[in-house]
Amino acid sequence: MSTAHCSLATGGRSDICEGKMRWGVIVFPGSCDEQDVYDALKRDLKQKVKFLWHKDDLAGAFDCLVLPGGFSYGDYLRCGAVARFSPIMRGVVEFARRGGLVLGICNGFQILCESGLLPGALVRNTDLQFICQQVNLRVEETDTPFTCEAKKGQVLKIPIKHGEGCYFADPPTLERLQKNRQVLLRYVDARGKTSALANPNGSVDSIAGICSEARNVFGLMPHPEDACNPLLGSEDGCRIFSSIAAACAVREKRHA
Amino acid sequence: MRVKIFVSLRSGVLDPQGKAIERSLHTLGYGEVQDVRMGKYLELKLEASSREAAESRIREMCDKLLANPVIEDYRFEIE
Repeated sequence: MSTAHCSLATGGRSDICEGKMRWGVIVFPGSCDEQDVYDALKRDLKQKVKFLWHKDDLAGAFDCLVLPGGFSYGDYLRCGAVARFSPIMRGVVEFARRGGLVLGICNGFQILCESGLLPGALVRNTDLQFICQQVNLRVEETDTPFTCEAKKGQVLKIPIKHGEGCYFADPPTLERLQKNRQVLLRYVDARGKTSALANPNGSVDSIAGICSEARNVFGLMPHPEDACNPLLGSEDGCRIFSSIAAACAVREKRHA
Repeated sequence: MRVKIFVSLRSGVLDPQGKAIERSLHTLGYGEVQDVRMGKYLELKLEASSREAAESRIREMCDKLLANPVIEDYRFEIE
């Protein structure tokens, strides 16, 4: 089934589907979405994927590292606070510093914030509930490796499942995020408008996903890996992964 | 030395747990309660050559791991 909707997700660009790029999915104790990411990349997008254990040093060549969702170290102390000191994170920070692409989903986003690769923090949802539902996300910027295959203003339907996904940043940090256009996704209603009602967890400025200033690290609370197959109700998550694949294909050509 | 560390949310950071506790206290008849903020309390034993040395080590631990400066403040007591 995959080739058909893979090419659909990549706008018919078959070169992206060949899976030349190398993905690494980092597994922490308590991660629980690594298999979903693996399956979405391998089965739905025909990519080369490898699991990486958090205790190992980062070895081998990768184009994109994914920090998946879950409850690393049981979310003890703060979500992502302990995982941030896992041995592999030294390599991840170095990889990001050299311009490598890093994608943090849900708990992965929390780990990236804790490790200082992304600004801000994720705190308890304002209604204190664990929320598991499909949400609408507006693509705010497309000049990034994570959203280059989407259109500005496009609304993506992707699920969230978290208890601590309320994004917080102090006013100066928010101002910087705006100025550098680092907010890539916002929670919106079906018509693409932000509102308190469409903001499921109380995130400041309806922020669902941000990238680093250098635009090579991206963290988001929604789970694109759970929206890559029509059986799951949406294929919109493919846009994120196919963007990354397309960006890597361009990088590859430039270096060839 | 025994150390008590108190970690609290910085002002300006929403504290929905504190709010829920406050509402609960009001429901129980403690209407005089205001501004409930929930935090964390840690106890630990520490070996150090002096009080100053201990303080500097604890500050380091708090900055690195025990508190997140983006959202939290901390203070500690050494006994």
